[in-house]
Amino acid sequence: MTAVDAGLCARWMAATAALVTEHADELTALDTAIGDGDHGLNLRRGFAAAAEAVGDTPGAVLKAAGTALVNTTGGASGPLYGTFLRRAAKALGDDPTATATAFAAALGAGLEGVRRLGGAAEGDKTMIDALAPAVAAFTGDDFSTAARAAADAAASGRDATKPLVARKGRASYLGERSAGHIDPGAASSALLFEALAGLT
Amino acid sequence: MTVGLVLVSHSRTLAEGTAELVAQLAADVRVIPAGGTPDGGLGTSPELITDAVTRADGGDGVLILADLGSAVLTARLLLDDLDGDVRLADAPFVEGAVAAGVIAGTGATLTEALAAAEEAWAYRKS
Repeated sequence: MTAVDAGLCARWMAATAALVTEHADELTALDTAIGDGDHGLNLRRGFAAAAEAVGDTPGAVLKAAGTALVNTTGGASGPLYGTFLRRAAKALGDDPTATATAFAAALGAGLEGVRRLGGAAEGDKTMIDALAPAVAAFTGDDFSTAARAAADAAASGRDATKPLVARKGRASYLGERSAGHIDPGAASSALLFEALAGLT
Repeated sequence: MTVGLVLVSHSRTLAEGTAELVAQLAADVRVIPAGGTPDGGLGTSPELITDAVTRADGGDGVLILADLGSAVLTARLLLDDLDGDVRLADAPFVEGAVAAGVIAGTGATLTEALAAAEEAWAYRKS
């Protein structure tokens, strides 16, 4: 597959909502270890709302989904995922379809927005540790191949957060004691890309 | 009119308690709490913050103070979408709110209230 349309973006959100629901207890368990234990519940609510997003173009769907995430999630992940999707939407503009290359650029814009809003860098034990490698791996003309590579990179990035000491977010208050646990934000980011790879 | 304050917290009672404290020290200033989710749970609500900014705005601008995590991120994100002269203080929540409230009560500008809030970092306690 080569082109991304509004329907695919809507299916992406629905698939993410399903994966987040399926893994909600696991996300909450990760967040109970080093956070405030609300990640599974918050994201379930946020992506359920995002899955209702409608629009005529990929940009319109992702913008509506991002806004829904900001408005309904409740925790810090809402503004962060919301920004990721809204910045990506802005980069996609009003085009009825996007090539894999244009979609890659939009994901890059989304990542940049998350970096700016949260101020985290790779290695800080946050969602950036899964998002950044995923976006970097999403390359080439074929959407399916790119999405699969991105999902694999996100999963590796998620796993690599385990030994890290958190420098951003609630877990950063734990200092050295945050090491030994996978970051819940990185885990949910891996689900977002797993959903994308599973679409085709 | 004076600069208005909006206090954004993960907790409704923390925002309300801080607003109560500021209001006692700065009686003429609009201090609107926006803590927790609309159903009273812990979290941050863009809807409550947007509504609070509208209510705090008397024409001389609004200064937002936020405490932690999602409160800061949501406030930062909303700055792009909010109408009017709205700023987010990089300040300690309680001390910054009191400092900004007191100076706002003297008829200070938004820039002066922002500076007062951010100067609150300098109050040492030991």
